[in-house]
Amino acid sequence: MGYPNPSHGRETPVLSKYFGDPEARTLAGWRARGGYESLEKALGMDPVEIQTMVKDSGLRGRGGAGFPTGIKWSFMRPDGKTHYLCCNADESEPGTFKDREIMRWTPHGLVEGVALGAHAIYAETAYIYIRGEFTEPIARVTAAVEEAYAAGILGANAMGTGRRLDVHVHRGAGAYICGEETALMNSLEGRRGNPRIKPPFPAVAGLFGQPTTINNVETLTAVPYIIKHGADWYQGLGRDDNPKSRGTKLFSVCGNISRPGNYEVTMGFPFGEFLNELCGGALPGREIKAVIPGGSSVPILTREEAEGALMDYEGMVAAGTMLGSGGVIVFDDKQDMVKQIARLARFYAHESCAQCSQCREGTAWTTRILERIAAGDGHARDFDTLLSIGENMSGKTICVLSDSCATPVASGLKKFRHEFEAKLGPDRSRGVVPVMLTTNRSAVA
Amino acid sequence: MTYGPSAGQLVRPPEHHHETPYVPVFTGERREQLDTILSRYPTKMAALLPALWMVQDVHGWVSEQAVEEVAQVLELSPAYVKGVLSFYTMYHQHPVGKHFIQVCTTTPCNVCGAEDVVQAFLDATGCGELGVTSTDGRFTVIEVECLGACGFATPIMINDEFIESVTPERAARIVAERD
Ligand SMILES: Cc1cc2nc3c(=O)[nH]c(=O)nc-3n(C[C@H](O)[C@H](O)[C@H](O)COP(=O)(O)O)c2cc1C
Ligand code: SF4
Ligand code: FES
Repeated sequence: MGYPNPSHGRETPVLSKYFGDPEARTLAGWRARGGYESLEKALGMDPVEIQTMVKDSGLRGRGGAGFPTGIKWSFMRPDGKTHYLCCNADESEPGTFKDREIMRWTPHGLVEGVALGAHAIYAETAYIYIRGEFTEPIARVTAAVEEAYAAGILGANAMGTGRRLDVHVHRGAGAYICGEETALMNSLEGRRGNPRIKPPFPAVAGLFGQPTTINNVETLTAVPYIIKHGADWYQGLGRDDNPKSRGTKLFSVCGNISRPGNYEVTMGFPFGEFLNELCGGALPGREIKAVIPGGSSVPILTREEAEGALMDYEGMVAAGTMLGSGGVIVFDDKQDMVKQIARLARFYAHESCAQCSQCREGTAWTTRILERIAAGDGHARDFDTLLSIGENMSGKTICVLSDSCATPVASGLKKFRHEFEAKLGPDRSRGVVPVMLTTNRSAVA
Repeated sequence: MTYGPSAGQLVRPPEHHHETPYVPVFTGERREQLDTILSRYPTKMAALLPALWMVQDVHGWVSEQAVEEVAQVLELSPAYVKGVLSFYTMYHQHPVGKHFIQVCTTTPCNVCGAEDVVQAFLDATGCGELGVTSTDGRFTVIEVECLGACGFATPIMINDEFIESVTPERAARIVAERD
């Protein structure tokens, strides 16, 4: 369902089937739609059996990194320790708003997925960490959890199995970085949301120092469908020539587009048709100029590049970008790319947790330089400075927020250089002259 | 582009804030509520964000005295509580206007005209400037980073209320409807 638009015939609504249907929000409504059957079935299965099934389905993490979910789960072994499942509902990546709709419309679908996931990793306790601004999703999910406890689905004797399953909602308080998995754990523990140095990895020492699995909302919500319809069914969704990306994916579409909203398609869907048919293409009288396909942290595509891409992990890499979180940001010919890339840099500068100097200083310098260029006071040498800062920000920090700032800047400079050049200050030679002077001086000396 | 302070660095507002004796938050029913929250975690520290939310719900912001109280009930040091408090943008470390308006201006909303929405709020509320509380103490307007509702540009928050698809015209109406 292309909420808030009616479903398009070429969508494959699985997770989004009940978006816009208020009855699906209640326990009775969810049960009438087959809800909690998968959890009941799964509670009768051995966790290893579930892990294998999820592995066979080909499901990969929908939070951005695309790590195979079944493999992640298989790191969790019965070792006598307390295990935890964290559901990442911090959704703050600019362009991404799919988890919000899952929580608003099908909160029981998420609760079922979380409870199922907890069982599959030998955990009794799961926390759903929801960003603080999501007041409606928090209320919906909290209500669903309460209903599930009251019905005996959760609690000391979950669904009459004698097993304990606890699910708690934890409200964040405004910080993009808490979406990074180890920052989320610190935040949940009552600390500042600073990412942790890895190793140790969460599966060894995560939340409260215990073995922990962390999964995105969309990932966990997909699992009950895999249990219900089978791994082969999920494997069967996607393009024939790519065994690595299977199933359906929710794409959030925003910016300068006729029909913004969430769309669910099978992996590998042609991006050109997606943008122009499903989403209705550019606004009347305008033309699409650029697309960021996977949330703000991935390389920018020109319209031509985007229209030729396939919407799965490998297809996006082939197009020179990444699938990321599936947040599609569209820019039309009216937009000033320099200004908008500067605005993105400001986002990262604001959200840096400031532990790593490359990130703390790099995001701030990048922002200052870009805003100066945007204001019409740039020098040609700024481009090299920006690229050099970006290089020093990438692959050198505790988490990848730093890289995420450098990525759109580098690709923007490459693909929309003419827009940057058009903004250079009145003395266009300024960028060249100082370099020549230096050279001359050293030649003299 | 104009950018104001974020929530953590708000300009300390008005004379409208009168010093009143501090009323403790964690007594009676609210203490029981906190105990329920504490039972969900293996450490007391994990209840810090929920406890700060409770404080802000009661007082509208988190004062020095509130920091002391939270520190005491959770057996943490006040400095530690302050350190955590200051990390998160949604906790107010100073009193703010009765209607605290946050407008998303990150890129996806920005390309849809979010800056005009900000200006409309600054004009309609009489705040004039970002982060400054209106002289009648009713409004504070700030810019906020992506609210996770980019397809519904421009989303705003007024206190805990989330409003989608706000236009400059609608901004004026929204302000007019508030007491
Ligand atoms: C800066 C940063 C922000 C992130 N934000 C989110 C987020 O909001 N939601 C999310 O699910 N994953 C986010 N991630 C990815 C998580 O660290 C993690 O990979 C993911 O939650 C794992 O779940 P999955 O395997 O189901 O995708 C973020 C990562 C980084 C580095
Ligand atoms: S890269 Fe940036 S956000 Fe990530 S840990 Fe380092 S300073 Fe913090
Ligand atoms: S950019 Fe405004 S809600 Fe995401």
